[in-house]
Amino acid sequence: MLIFAADTCCMAATAALVDDTRLVAQTVVNHNKTHSQKMMPQIADMLKNADIDISDIDVFAAAVGPGSFTGVRIGVATVKGMAQAADKPCVGISTLEALANNARCFCGLLSPILDARRGQVYNALFECDGREMKRLTPDRALPLDELLSELEADGRQTAFMGDGVFVYRGEIESRLGSSAVFLPKFLSMNLAGSVGELAYEAALRGEYVSYGNLTPQYVRLSQAEQDRKEKRE
Amino acid sequence: MLILGIESSCDETAAAVVRDGTEVLSNVINSQIEIHKEYGGVVPEIASRNHIKNISAVIDKALSDSGKAISEIDAVAVTYGPGLVGALLVGVSAAKGLAFAAKKPLIPVNHIKGHICANYIENPDFKPPFICLVASGGHSHIVLVKSYSEYETLARTFDDAAGEAFDKVARVMGLGYPGGPKIQKCAEGGNPEAIRFPRVKMGERGFDFSFSGLKTAVINYIHTAEQKGEQVNISDVAASFQEAVVDTLSSHLIDCAKLCGVERISLAGGVAANAPLRARVERLARENGMEFNCPRMSLCTDNAAMIACCGYYEFKAGSVADLTLNATPSLPI
Repeated sequence: MLIFAADTCCMAATAALVDDTRLVAQTVVNHNKTHSQKMMPQIADMLKNADIDISDIDVFAAAVGPGSFTGVRIGVATVKGMAQAADKPCVGISTLEALANNARCFCGLLSPILDARRGQVYNALFECDGREMKRLTPDRALPLDELLSELEADGRQTAFMGDGVFVYRGEIESRLGSSAVFLPKFLSMNLAGSVGELAYEAALRGEYVSYGNLTPQYVRLSQAEQDRKEKRE
Repeated sequence: MLILGIESSCDETAAAVVRDGTEVLSNVINSQIEIHKEYGGVVPEIASRNHIKNISAVIDKALSDSGKAISEIDAVAVTYGPGLVGALLVGVSAAKGLAFAAKKPLIPVNHIKGHICANYIENPDFKPPFICLVASGGHSHIVLVKSYSEYETLARTFDDAAGEAFDKVARVMGLGYPGGPKIQKCAEGGNPEAIRFPRVKMGERGFDFSFSGLKTAVINYIHTAEQKGEQVNISDVAASFQEAVVDTLSSHLIDCAKLCGVERISLAGGVAANAPLRARVERLARENGMEFNCPRMSLCTDNAAMIACCGYYEFKAGSVADLTLNATPSLPI
């Protein structure tokens, strides 16, 4: 089974091919230009270099958020378009889960964080025994302070990864001290290989969706909907 | 040549299959009007969210309605501007993924040129050169269409688009959204000469538009009357405002045609669905011995058939996008 995966939810635009045994190819660009300009040429080059045709791909996977609303949509729309042309099923993967999966050999808590602006981070917590990850929370947006209080109370060693680390590392270290560890930079970012690996496992469990039903998971309402909700409450 | 057109620049998710730029095999539109009504106008983030929710189904329906498989399509045409950036990016990204995976050429289409090309679908015998007034919620342009792929902007708005003025005035009058149809309905039975609202001529040649002052004049009129405790005849206000817009748009269009010595004029865009505007331009064309063309209502408002049509002529002129194609929110004509 050959999986194609893409993730444009965070800073990097990344795509990968994953089969039953290995990561076949991966492209990551974390510099300049918008995802809209970068992603498709990267995909085309990767497929060409790997000598893979679209028709060889069995499942199209996308990181479906949370993250930058527009960024999420660029990746999801691209993957929807590709799967529609190829008439193949899709798998949607949480970009936070994919980030956590970068540290699947860690024993303790996995805490991916993305800067969600407005004083919040996108986060989900997983516990990991070095082999399997178990999800402890849904994907959510919460103040960093609240997350750190949760982790202080838990007391376990926690691995942090994701674009939010660049912004908040100092604050995390001062609160959690030596129980916080940080992934090296090359693993602290969204990588489509990880999305592909999780999509492969999801596909084995039969967790497909049609390309029509592959949808972003924003976690947050739009500002207009939020304002309206608050006004009503 | 079969072209799949995709449009998502504002609040309609649309896809269509058109043969040779004129024969519409399918034309599917998913409108979000009901969703945005609650907010009194288009909310960009909500529009983008609905585009991505609906785009696959809209494209599937356009293909199935046309009886064609994606493999039978010769090229994919997509709107890449002007419009709301987040909204445009959904269509552009999906079209890029689709065209790449289906190994079809991707044609970038300017939304305003798309509106103009709706004229060819309505009447394949209506050929360039002609002058077109493109007026909608986001645009007010008078364009000299020199050939199927050469355009020159003769006039534009300095501030609000004509349709925007309709929306804003309708909101102040408590008529709801979208403003165009609401004001047209309210104006029925009103006296268009009751209030003389300003007609503004902008730019060096006086062909450019400004609707912001007109909008303010209407708002001031209503507020002044309210303050004096006077009863406002809402139908008269709507009719007089509409008359000011129709008078301005139509007279500038005719003046441009005369200046360029072009004897064919046309309308395009959502505001072209306004019945008094269509009637006025048709009458002025007749009086001035000009040929007049206007797409039917469903081809005036945003749709993808016009994008597929425009894509056909752009493709024939050699325009093909590479994989770096990006949304360009303020794309010029």
